[in-house]
Amino acid sequence: MNEQMNGKVSKEHDGTRTFRVEMLTRVEGEGRFHLEVKDGQVRKAILHIFEPPRFFEGFLVGRSLFEVPDITARICGICPVTYQMSSTRALEAILGITPSTGIRKLRRLMYCAEWIESHALHIFLLHAPDFLGYASALEMARDHRGLVETALRMKKVGNSLLEAIGARAIHPVSVRVGGFTKPPSPRRLQALLPELEWGLEAAQETVTITNSLPMPEFQQPYVFVALDGGADYPLEWGEQIAVSGRDPVPLGEFEKVFIEEQVDRSPAFHCRLPDGTPYLTGPMARLNLFADRLHPRAQEALERTGLTLPVLNPYRSIVVRAVELVHAFAEAVDLVREYTPPEPPYFEAPLRAGEGFGATEAPRGLQYQRYRVNDAGIVQEARIVPPTSQNQPRIEADLAGLGPELLAMSQEEATLRCEQLIRAYDPCISCATHFLKLDIREVED
Amino acid sequence: MTASPLYSGTQVSRVETPAAQGATELGVDPTEKDARGGRPRLGVFKFASCSGCQGVLLSCEDELLALADALEILYFPEASSHLQEEGPFDLALVEGSISAPEHLEQIQKIRARSKTLVTIGACATSGGIQALRNFGNLDDFVHRVYPRPEFIAALATSTAVAEHVKVDYELRGCPISKRQLLELITAILLGRRPEIRNESLCLGCKRYGYVCVTVAHGLPCLGPVTMNGCGALCPSVGRGCYGCFGPKEGANTEAMAQRMLQLGMSKDDVRNAFRFITGYAQAFREESARHE
Repeated sequence: MNEQMNGKVSKEHDGTRTFRVEMLTRVEGEGRFHLEVKDGQVRKAILHIFEPPRFFEGFLVGRSLFEVPDITARICGICPVTYQMSSTRALEAILGITPSTGIRKLRRLMYCAEWIESHALHIFLLHAPDFLGYASALEMARDHRGLVETALRMKKVGNSLLEAIGARAIHPVSVRVGGFTKPPSPRRLQALLPELEWGLEAAQETVTITNSLPMPEFQQPYVFVALDGGADYPLEWGEQIAVSGRDPVPLGEFEKVFIEEQVDRSPAFHCRLPDGTPYLTGPMARLNLFADRLHPRAQEALERTGLTLPVLNPYRSIVVRAVELVHAFAEAVDLVREYTPPEPPYFEAPLRAGEGFGATEAPRGLQYQRYRVNDAGIVQEARIVPPTSQNQPRIEADLAGLGPELLAMSQEEATLRCEQLIRAYDPCISCATHFLKLDIREVED
Repeated sequence: MTASPLYSGTQVSRVETPAAQGATELGVDPTEKDARGGRPRLGVFKFASCSGCQGVLLSCEDELLALADALEILYFPEASSHLQEEGPFDLALVEGSISAPEHLEQIQKIRARSKTLVTIGACATSGGIQALRNFGNLDDFVHRVYPRPEFIAALATSTAVAEHVKVDYELRGCPISKRQLLELITAILLGRRPEIRNESLCLGCKRYGYVCVTVAHGLPCLGPVTMNGCGALCPSVGRGCYGCFGPKEGANTEAMAQRMLQLGMSKDDVRNAFRFITGYAQAFREESARHE
């Protein structure tokens, strides 16, 4: 680590200390942050995102509903399955299609694969270097080669499973409204069992490793939000949204309760509860709300950590993510063992006008979509709410909460602490289709 | 286009800029590399995109650590906090389309600091799916998405990097192919020309033994006019190609469109089929315009 790293600028005058990073690294997409503390008071706490707009909700209008999953996949190169799945759910609701159990299980398996790939990437390649004091996993590999190799192998298992189901891992091509164009053969999936079983053990080890990392102490009063998937751990399906300490929200009420707005002088959308409270979505929210729905293997792993629920320290999300990694591997092993190709592979229904909602759990949090289509199946209106636009106000509130204790630290240590906190959310900035360059905005005064 | 018909990996620029002077056609000169005594220096840059093509680089799980040994990674924000933006770079991989006002200057800087500049993916090579806005009015899109459009700073069009600076090679695809990426990096490390086939997707189907979805099932498929590179994935799962790798050189899109109309597609459907992931690539753009 050196001072030239990433253009960090520090200022101290008039009793003001500023912490900022001009280019956030080890996150997906481009952003910066700016935190200003004056006389012990936080004056500004801003996560500034300069990913250019891509107008998905604009150009979806006028397209056939059958084209939608191939379009929405392109919102994010790390969680394309998330976007495909929320789209298909919303559009199937419009057409009155209820996918069979077999199709739902195969979708869940595909989702497990994406979680495996994304969580392994985030835990080891993006977040762990913060805890161990490296600029990157590639640098970390010089001292911990075995660890990085294990991470890459786990990631590869996730990608191989995605390829088996979707033909490719990034922007899979077999997903369609109603089901799958062609499901994989049982033999193709079963060939992956040895690696999945290896991965399950490696994920257990990952829980132990992450739980032994040096962990900064920090807590915030969070409101947790996650998809309620009935008896299942939140993943690819759910008709309502759970909110800690508040009533659950039916999917159709999403936009009334999670208010998306362009704030102040900024063009970025932020989601808050109607009373203005920011909320947290992602691994910590899912675990705190639904730990009892974890796979037994993941429950064992959670017990081993000694964590008490609710987990309120965002830095510990790396451990929670590892517990979810165990869950994803364990559920994938079960689903592959019992797999038979869904028959029929997809359902069709006559086109009709209507409005539909779909929500699923991306690795980094809740993802919601709404569509209105006409009687020819042409999209008239689209609304897409990515996880990161929901977490952004919460990240800023965390930065503000962190402010006072940063004053006792060196500039470098304080800045790294902020980055480590932001990365704990696994922000996926390209996902945030609405996000734009924003001017300095005061969130705390 | 003066590229060899055998290799799509060589892309001659559409725009000559002063900054582009001195860029080489054939990667790193091995003698220069030795003289400096270092490994070739890599930069990975992003414009408007989903990060999926960088994701392909990170998904080279078996090769990633070896690549990190063979290359000196100077700038790769998604992977490393150690950033040396000034370069200079022996190899710059550029993902994403030129889409926002600040991109215009940024891409010139990257070009000036890079010996070999390679665009990766549909966004960088054709403007990407976000180039669908090029066919409409930016203001309409902005108003459709944002209640307060006065804060939106976007260019009227989303365009390929080669519209702005000289590009040495391009890798097509949404996302790019891992195999092609590794071939390109290997070739540049060795100072040879990358061997990337310039052929239609149909040849892929023949090679892998996939049944033609158009002939057997009457499904529309852009395979005859689309560059192969993905490995004919869509026909492998029983659907038609939707053009992620963009038009093959010399593609007969007019005949393709006629066939699609014969298969029962409406004029609107044919227009939208060409106006999709790589819809702003010249051949597809021109064909879609014929079905307005």
